[in-house]
Amino acid sequence: MIGLTHYLAVSAALFVMGVFGIFLNRRNIIIILMALELILLAVNINLVAFSAFLHQVHGQIFAMFVLTVAAGEAAIGLAILVIYFRGRGTVAVDQADLMKG
Amino acid sequence: MTAVFAFYLFAVTLLIGGFLVITSRNPVHSVLWLIVCFFNAAGLFILLGAEFLAMLLVIVYVGAVAVLFLFVVMMLDIDFKALQRGALKNLPLGLAISGIILTEVLLVATGWQAGQGVILHEALAGPPEGMTNTQWIGSQLYTRYFFVFSMSGLLLLASMIGAIVLTHRRRIGNRRQDIAVQNARTPAGTLGVGKAGLGQGVEL
Repeated sequence: MIGLTHYLAVSAALFVMGVFGIFLNRRNIIIILMALELILLAVNINLVAFSAFLHQVHGQIFAMFVLTVAAGEAAIGLAILVIYFRGRGTVAVDQADLMKG
Repeated sequence: MTAVFAFYLFAVTLLIGGFLVITSRNPVHSVLWLIVCFFNAAGLFILLGAEFLAMLLVIVYVGAVAVLFLFVVMMLDIDFKALQRGALKNLPLGLAISGIILTEVLLVATGWQAGQGVILHEALAGPPEGMTNTQWIGSQLYTRYFFVFSMSGLLLLASMIGAIVLTHRRRIGNRRQDIAVQNARTPAGTLGVGKAGLGQGVEL
């Protein structure tokens, strides 16, 4: 029988995969944004799993809010990426601090 | 039995997809694997009895966010080969930190006990009698969580305005229609009759 622990384990593995992806693609901000989406997806799985096993609806409602924030974050992140690319011709973010004072 | 099989199918595909998102050489493939991840997470949500959220995941993530990623990846002419240089330099640090986080989270997830007074059920929840999952969510979202719901709408508005303001630009040398200038023009300012001398042309 599939218990809560199974879902938590999947969610933990997905979360760590997202964190690892940020390290693995430190220069490529597109993949970093996708790794962030993976992390938020892991959080959502956690919330929905607890919501199901506690017989409460609140976890699902909070998962909806996480979804909202993820959508907004993706839109803003990609907008910043587009103007960064316009000014620089690359999306390598390891040199994004060149202009700091 | 089917539920167990479905869980492992969705979970394993989800994790394989997640791994391929972060390791693919081609970002377009990464986005496509991200879509696979979202679909399998939606499958897990359905197994958990959260059908509304599963459909929301497919519509919002696959229909909007992943397509937005795909647009940006294809719109910008990015040299992805150059971005991969030195990627393995961070591998030991990344493995160390992810290993630490994985150990910690698994320790918590497996050794975790519900607090006093909290009833953890063996069986998965459905909605209460006579309610669908969507009605259940709506009955709470529009009453108890109404303020947070409105604020999330405001958040989306703010991020929309932010994205438009950030990416909008006025191109220089682009002939745009300016209606006020057009209406302010009079024949006196624009029309003139001159005499062209033979073989001399006109001075404008």
